[in-house]
Formats: sequence, C-alpha cells, structure tokens
Amino acid sequence: MTFPTEKIRSDFPILKRKIGSKALVYLDNAASSQKPKQVIEAMDAFYQSSYANIHRGIYTIAEEATELYENARKSVARFLNAASESEIVFTRGTTEGINLVRFAWGRKNIEEGDEILLTEMEHHSNLVPWQLLAQEKGATLKFIPFDAQGRLQLDRLDSLLTPKTKLAACAFASNTFGTINPVEKIIAAAHAKGIPVLLDAAQAVPHFKIDLQKLDCDFLAFSSHKMLGPTGIGVLYGKKRHLEKMDPFLGGGEMIKKVEWDHATWNDIPWKFEAGTQSIAEAVGLHAAIQYLNHVELDKIFEHDQSLVRYCMERLPEIDGLTMYGPPAHERTGLIAFSIRDIHPHDIAAVLDRNGICVRAGHHCTQPLHRKLGLEATVRASFYLYNTKEEVDLLVDGLKDTVKLFRK
Amino acid sequence: MDALYREEILEHYKFPRNRGALQHPDITYKDTNPLCGDEVQIDLSIKENRVTDVKFQAKGCAISQAATSMLTDMIEGKTLDEIKQLGKKEILEALGIELGPVRLKCALLCLKVLKSGVYGIKEWPT
Ligand SMILES: Cc1ncc(COP(=O)(O)O)c(C=O)c1O
Repeated sequence: MTFPTEKIRSDFPILKRKIGSKALVYLDNAASSQKPKQVIEAMDAFYQSSYANIHRGIYTIAEEATELYENARKSVARFLNAASESEIVFTRGTTEGINLVRFAWGRKNIEEGDEILLTEMEHHSNLVPWQLLAQEKGATLKFIPFDAQGRLQLDRLDSLLTPKTKLAACAFASNTFGTINPVEKIIAAAHAKGIPVLLDAAQAVPHFKIDLQKLDCDFLAFSSHKMLGPTGIGVLYGKKRHLEKMDPFLGGGEMIKKVEWDHATWNDIPWKFEAGTQSIAEAVGLHAAIQYLNHVELDKIFEHDQSLVRYCMERLPEIDGLTMYGPPAHERTGLIAFSIRDIHPHDIAAVLDRNGICVRAGHHCTQPLHRKLGLEATVRASFYLYNTKEEVDLLVDGLKDTVKLFRK
Repeated sequence: MDALYREEILEHYKFPRNRGALQHPDITYKDTNPLCGDEVQIDLSIKENRVTDVKFQAKGCAISQAATSMLTDMIEGKTLDEIKQLGKKEILEALGIELGPVRLKCALLCLKVLKSGVYGIKEWPT
C-alpha cells in the first residue's frame, strides 16, 4: 500500500499557508512538528465542553477533565508498552523530564567521585543538566565518542562503564546526525554492571515504535510537540522501583498526601512528581496526537521518513561543495545535516525561506558536537509524515539557487 | 532575484573592501556573536584623531561580512568623534534592507566591534 500523503496533508491546516507567493515547505520537524486538525479540535472541544481543574473537583466537568487527563496517561503507557501507567509522569517536555531525574534521582544517588556516562552527540538538554549535577556533587562526566560517520564507538563502552559509573544517559536518536543509536547494547552493558540508563527519546518516540518492557531502560524522556501534539507537555517514563524511591521534584499542590505545618508526605507515583496545575488540555491534545500516529501507523511513518531522507541524500551531492554529516540513510531517522563550502548556514536558510522552505541553520543545541567536526553551524532538513518527494526537489532547487547567488 | 541579498550586499560579500589585518594598528578589537559564531575583528590606524587606515577580518554570514565591509568603507578619514556618532541607522541605510531580530545581530556586530575599539573598552560589559 502506498503512503496516504495527500490525505495526511489535508489534515494539517498550516500546510495551506503561503510564504509570499510560495507554498510552505516545512522541513524543520526535528525542532517541532506541525499539528493535525484532529489535535487542534480535540483541545478546542475540551475547552468548550469539559474544561475544569483536575483531581480536586466533586462536580461533573471536573470529573470529566480528570478522566480525560488520566486517559491520556493510559494512552501513552499503551503507545510505549509500559508495564503500568503509574510509570508515566507528565512533564513540560524532554528537558524538564531529564531535569526531574537530575533533581529527584541524581541528587540522591550521585556522590563525589562518581561518574555519569553520556555520549558526544547529546542535545544540550541531556548534557547541561548533568554538568550542573556533576558540579554540585563533584562528579565527573564521561563520553562515548562518535566516529566519522556519526556512529557511537561502542568498542570503548566496556572500559567507560567503571565501578564509579552511576548513570548512563544517551540520545536514542541524534537530532544532528539522525543516527539511531544501538541503545539496546548500551542498556545491556550498563545493566550487566548494575548501572541504570536514561534515554533522551525526543527524536525517537515521534518516529518509530518503542516497546518499553522489551527495551528495559530505566528512564525515558520525550516531548509532545515533536510528535504532532501541543507544546507544554511531555513525558518522563521511569521504572516503578526507581520512581517509588525517588524524592519529589517540585513541591506544591497535588503531589502530597498529608501536609502538616512543618512537613508533608508524598502522593503515590506518578502524581508525586506532578506538582501544581498540570497542562490538562495539552494532555488531551497529546492523546489525540497518539491516536493520529496509531491510525497512520508508526512503522509506515518510519518507512516514509526514511525513503525521503534516502532520496534527499541521493540528490544533495548534486550541489557543488556540499558535505553531509552522519551515517547512511538506513541507520537514521528522517533528518540530514549538511554544510556548503564557503556559504554560511544562515545565508542558506535565508534564501530557502524566500522559497517558502523552512530548515534549521545553527548548532541545533549540539555545540560540542559541531566543535568536534570543526564547524560552528550546519543546515538541517528534517522530514515527517506530511512531507513529499516534491518538497525534497524544491529543497535541492533552492540550494542550487543559493550556490549560484553566493559563489564568488 | 532576492530582496534580502541586494546586488550591493553580494558585491561587498564577494569583493570585500579593506579585508585583512594592519601590521601595527593603533586600535584593534575583536568580538563574536555567540548565537551564530560570527566573528569580526577591526584594526585601525589613527593619526591626529582621524582614521588613516582600516582593515577587517570577518567570519560569518553574508550580512555580517557585507555590513563590516560597508562600515569600514564609511569610516576612512573620519574622526573618532564622528565614529562615535555612527549608529544602527547608518548600517541599515547602507545595507538597504529590512532585517528580523536574528539577522539584525549579524548586521550590527561590526558596529559593536568598531565602537568598543574606539571607546577603548577592554571587554563588552555583560
Ligand atoms: C535529542 C533532543 N533532546 C532534547 C530536546 C529538547 O526537547 P524540549 O525542548 O522539548 O525539552 C530535543 C529538541 O530540541 C532533542 O532533539
């Protein structure tokens, strides 16, 4: 069966937008995805018919809102095959999820002299929180290096997991190389030494199927806004036995059981980590996004994204002076970062914008990675279910125009 | 073809005026735009309070390179007091285009570097 791109495109109102006289070509999906009307309408309907604060109310719409919020949690648990929905904590996004682990788990378990193992291809949001924790505790960060193809060099893994290593934290898929990392191997090696593993799955969950019970990672964080859902909500998955032993993250309403003047006892998981009024309509939107992804089927989306990136990588070498970064197409998600000799990425993105094409130019929140490549910035095109081969052609045409304009 | 990259901007970008470094500059200043890694250095020779020679080195996008080239063109023979009067307006008039907030920083880096040098600021206060 062919992929129903036309039908899908008609579900995304923004794709009718023009930039000047040009149709919008949205190729910045790794930064954030667009939203189908099913998500927008679900949130709208919720505000119009059932909106109230959750958990506390003894009236009809508060009960409806609570049910919708908790149903969203169940749908996330099913989507990822978590053992229990109590392992699904709502956050504001990937960044907050990782910081939650830093505060609620890291402060308790990381001590002076300990090591945290990361990779050289982490997004700043899976690097800076650990830098801050390491500085606070006097711990050290270690890094699994990447090779010339943007693959992790796992032959170093065993020696990098030392008796001092207390946590391994790794991107499931790289937002710059697109590499889908062999996290199963990292988890197996770490677990053999009793070390828990956190996965930054911001670029993974939107793009391919994940089975948490099979994967067996200890923590996994992602954002709704990159998977067709709204901003302001994300998920931290944590194994029950970790979550139960962890301290709370933020203190406030709803995360407590009983409050005295000078102390309090904590609510059960996952609510222990959900202090204050949550992003309720956003949970409803995330639920609708998951339904949409399930309807199209993640396996087909993955195949579609990969076919686009493969085609793109076949065509990009037509451009004079272009260098691509990362592994071959079949080892990556649907994104490709590249540079063009002597033309600054900002200029490339600015000319493409005149053609209605949205790409990212910059360091994509991976500054140390770019520095290792000897670059300040790259251009990144990232694809998703509504993109087409014709849009890849427009990108290539736009890049040819850019080169013509700037070549000296 | 493109309103953002006017002919004159491309001209300055491809054939920059005053590119290079001075052997014995009286004033030299360098700064970067951490957002995009643009880097500009301007060297000045000064005689009786007047710019007698200027050279620049720049790494970065076409807007920042062209703006720097245009600015160095503008200041030859000017007194330091006249340079202190230069502002955003003059740079944008020379470029002749509208810029969003991100690209504005690219365009104005050269001015920040020039003025820091002329005012004798060791480091830009943050
Ligand atoms: C790999 C990776 N990790 C973390 C993040 C941060 O996600 P958020 O900004 O939604 O917290 C991103 C998104 O930019 C990402 O690509």
